[in-house]
Amino acid sequence: MSGFPLAWIVVFFPWAGALLLLLLRPRGRLPAWVNLGVSAASCGLALSLLALPQGVQGWTRTDSVNLPLVALAGIIGLATAAFSAATVEGERFDALRARAYHAAFQVFMGAQFLALLSDNLGVMWVAIEIATLASVLMVAVHGTPAAIEAAWKFFLLCGVGIALALFGTILLYLAAQPLVGHGDPGLSWAALRAVAAHCDAGILSLAFIFIMVGYGTKAGLVPLHTWLPDAEAEGPLPISAVLSGLLLNASLLAILRAKAIVDLNPGVLAPGPLLVGFGLASLLLASLALWRRRDARRFFAWSSIEHMGLATLAFGLGAPLAGMLHLMGHSLVKSAVFFGVGAAAQIKGSQKMEAIKGLATSHPVLGWGLALGIAGLAGMPPFALFVSEFRLVAAAAAGQPWLLLPLGLGLLLAGTALVRALQRMCLGPASPDAPVPGAFGLPGGLAWASVPMWTLLALAAVLGFAIPAGLEALLMDAARLLG
Amino acid sequence: MSFGSTGYDVAHLLGGGVLLLSFVLLYQRRLDAVINAFAVQGALLAAAAAWQGYSQNNGELYVTAALAFAAKAVLIPLALRLLLRRLGLHRTMETALGVGPSLLAAAALVGLAVMVVLPATAGQAQALTRENLALALSVVMLGMLMMIARRNAVSQVIGLLSLENGLILAAVGVQGMPLVVELSTAALVLMLALVAGIVVFLLRDRMATLDTESLSRQRGEGEAP
Repeated sequence: MSGFPLAWIVVFFPWAGALLLLLLRPRGRLPAWVNLGVSAASCGLALSLLALPQGVQGWTRTDSVNLPLVALAGIIGLATAAFSAATVEGERFDALRARAYHAAFQVFMGAQFLALLSDNLGVMWVAIEIATLASVLMVAVHGTPAAIEAAWKFFLLCGVGIALALFGTILLYLAAQPLVGHGDPGLSWAALRAVAAHCDAGILSLAFIFIMVGYGTKAGLVPLHTWLPDAEAEGPLPISAVLSGLLLNASLLAILRAKAIVDLNPGVLAPGPLLVGFGLASLLLASLALWRRRDARRFFAWSSIEHMGLATLAFGLGAPLAGMLHLMGHSLVKSAVFFGVGAAAQIKGSQKMEAIKGLATSHPVLGWGLALGIAGLAGMPPFALFVSEFRLVAAAAAGQPWLLLPLGLGLLLAGTALVRALQRMCLGPASPDAPVPGAFGLPGGLAWASVPMWTLLALAAVLGFAIPAGLEALLMDAARLLG
Repeated sequence: MSFGSTGYDVAHLLGGGVLLLSFVLLYQRRLDAVINAFAVQGALLAAAAAWQGYSQNNGELYVTAALAFAAKAVLIPLALRLLLRRLGLHRTMETALGVGPSLLAAAALVGLAVMVVLPATAGQAQALTRENLALALSVVMLGMLMMIARRNAVSQVIGLLSLENGLILAAVGVQGMPLVVELSTAALVLMLALVAGIVVFLLRDRMATLDTESLSRQRGEGEAP
């Protein structure tokens, strides 16, 4: 590994951008452009990490597990910043709120990169904590009673979750302490993996349970998922894309890192069944809940719970390749869908599903993109989610055939609910437009939503059916590391 | 260190004191009394951290102790008192679970914490670490119980803060815990309180009451379409 600390630059560049956005006098569209520029540069930096050799550098590490997720975070951050530039006027922020919103967005992005890149589990915890605080701020930024309630619930539940995760992290160190000694290496993932086989199995089991429940809260796993639909529905429109597409991934990665440690100790309670249980519960509850939603953003937040459940299930079943593909595919498709829904909400003046009808009739480019995205979420080709769900079902059939019944039921229920939403929102006669003042006022108009959306959808399709050889090798290696 | 030696006894006494204050937090009916109990708990936690610093001969723990004292025994209680004064709130608070059942549940949770921690750590760790961990987990559980049993926004925040007290108690009790965790915890507790403060202030702007029950009606998705 070269001595060049690119990983830290990827983390600190957005934070420097946040400082700039905080200090800058928000005049007109300036903050939105600066935000876009910072995100574009971060995306370039994140992608260039792929070119450097992998390795550990102080508190950070780059390996096959986190590199694809870091690149993904850069791409989704850039797409979201572009969408945000076009919709932020429709959010009607005053100067203070605009400043807080843009700065919090970049703080979130930096923390997201740090959470993915950290080797030290303590640093990872701090990063996820910072990301949470930034997202609480973003959810609350409108200051409406509904937004305050959502932020409050988010803050309390995730506060507890984060606290439990820290307790688990402390226990992890306690288990390794006689073997790794004092100081920073005691929380390094590599060092913990090296000694895991000789650690006390009882403490390791306890540590994993706390980490699972703690970070599971942040990953939106049932039964601690209740903050997610509220937070995604009440924050500014672009936030849903990064909450669903990025924050959940970082939390699940933390669980997977802990799982990779405890997996190495044969005496520890098996983490697989625990993951399968959480995943199945999330899938089944979400597939039922999808039928009762009237608010489009809540609907797709519930769909995120479903997909995180599926990914967790895949990792629990020992199909990490399917899990990684599913995480990445879900991030791409779900962010694209949130761009479509966000744009529709600004065009129709409401995010209720009954106000958004026949989008493909009135706005074909946007509407067909949204329809394609929703179909992708339902598991239809040509997206990565089709491939990963296929692999997941195959893994279940090979390993635990009894799982096929609940898994199939969940996929079917969720899929039909999604198809119903697709028909209602995209097809048929269009509902009247009632545009939010200032929405898509930039030159280019709706292209600011449809270009990011179609780009992410195209990437999801490439990931599913035309995956580049380098990325495939990377994902294979990640699957090997995650066991 | 074992039972009978000063280091062990004092550490136990202070850790037990923190847990005792968690019980005290649970049976208060007035908000200002809750804040007082939380301040005392913060001071005891600081003393526990300082004592661990002394007995482990680890100077970094004094920093943790000082931060804990400044934030939890002084700053946060002061800020919450100011908030209450500004809101004119000194009334008794709404409970979701009565005091009697709360205390029973608390006793059960402590039993659970002990039953979980002691067998799991039987193999390896020193007696002091194990028992400290059991105490810390009990404090964490009682903090969670307080968040569930109280509907008032301020006491829910205090529940979360006292939960974090349990975390610090756990972190200082583990010998040689890397400093990064302690410092970050201390700093982040402040930040958490800060955000909570902002949220609570906003609450006041929107609603006349601090009762979080009224928030539940603000769901964007009511029964009516």
